[in-house]
Amino acid sequence: LRALPPPVAVGVLHTTRPLHATQQSLAPVPPLPEKGGEVRHGLIPEEFFQFLYPKTGVTGPYMLGTGLLLYLLSKEIYVVNHETAAAACILAVIVYGIKKFGPDVAAFADKLNEEKVATAVAMKNEAIQTLQTAIEEEKKEQWRVEGRSYLFDAKRNNIAMLLEANYRERLLMVYNEVKKRLDYQVAMQTLKRQKEQDYMIQWVEKNVVQSITPQQQKESIAKCILDLKALSKSAHAAV
Amino acid sequence: GPLSERPLMEVRLGELHTWISTCNFSPQGLLGAVQKAWSSYCAKYIHVRRGGPAGISMLLAGYCLFSYVWNYQHLKQQRWRKYH
Repeated sequence: LRALPPPVAVGVLHTTRPLHATQQSLAPVPPLPEKGGEVRHGLIPEEFFQFLYPKTGVTGPYMLGTGLLLYLLSKEIYVVNHETAAAACILAVIVYGIKKFGPDVAAFADKLNEEKVATAVAMKNEAIQTLQTAIEEEKKEQWRVEGRSYLFDAKRNNIAMLLEANYRERLLMVYNEVKKRLDYQVAMQTLKRQKEQDYMIQWVEKNVVQSITPQQQKESIAKCILDLKALSKSAHAAV
Repeated sequence: GPLSERPLMEVRLGELHTWISTCNFSPQGLLGAVQKAWSSYCAKYIHVRRGGPAGISMLLAGYCLFSYVWNYQHLKQQRWRKYH
């Protein structure tokens, strides 16, 4: 879809809201640094030692610390009282605790962190996976779009066939109807001829029967009797 | 870079006076400076993958020092000698 030129209105809208492309965007967040700033003896940052190194060498800060401590103690700007003893004990306990249990606590915290990071990374991978499959589906849809012409050809063929079938159906109907009408006419004609024939035969028979007068009837009966006698004679002779 | 935008650690001693003059001493300016200092400290020592005791111990030491200074007048009365 990116290959298609965007419509003008959409392009205008997008330029007013820049996406995550400039330097000031909040994402992606840079990863946390691996180790913090270097600190010596747990209290004084390394930068202090580096700051004094060019002028005083390696022992400079320690001399400074010792001198400062002695000055504070001797002028009693730092007063030694019961709190000093308490602080010394507490400090000793804390240092011992850190030296002994430090690595274990660090490993535990690292494990917690690892789990959190693992879930986040899993979510990210899953999201990436779903987006990948979505991209592939989209590409497939685009490929399918190219088959449009075949689809339309098939549809056009279907419609043509439907039209043809309809046309032939109606043609058949017309033929049947016309045939029915012509058959009717033919049947009418044969019926009429038959009726005329029957009537004629009947009329001829009626006239012939009427024309047989009683005179003719007697003559025909006498002839028949003569014929029968002759026949009986010939039959007797044959036997 | 320009003098007013540099952090304090990168200002040379001779330029300190001019740097202070360019500072913003209004309440918002001070609050902003405190915020910036705190966030840079956190980013350097606390928000790391493998930190150590250094991050909190410096804060505790600073707290101890600050409370000692706050109570100095009261603590001065427990001195061992009167004249030094």
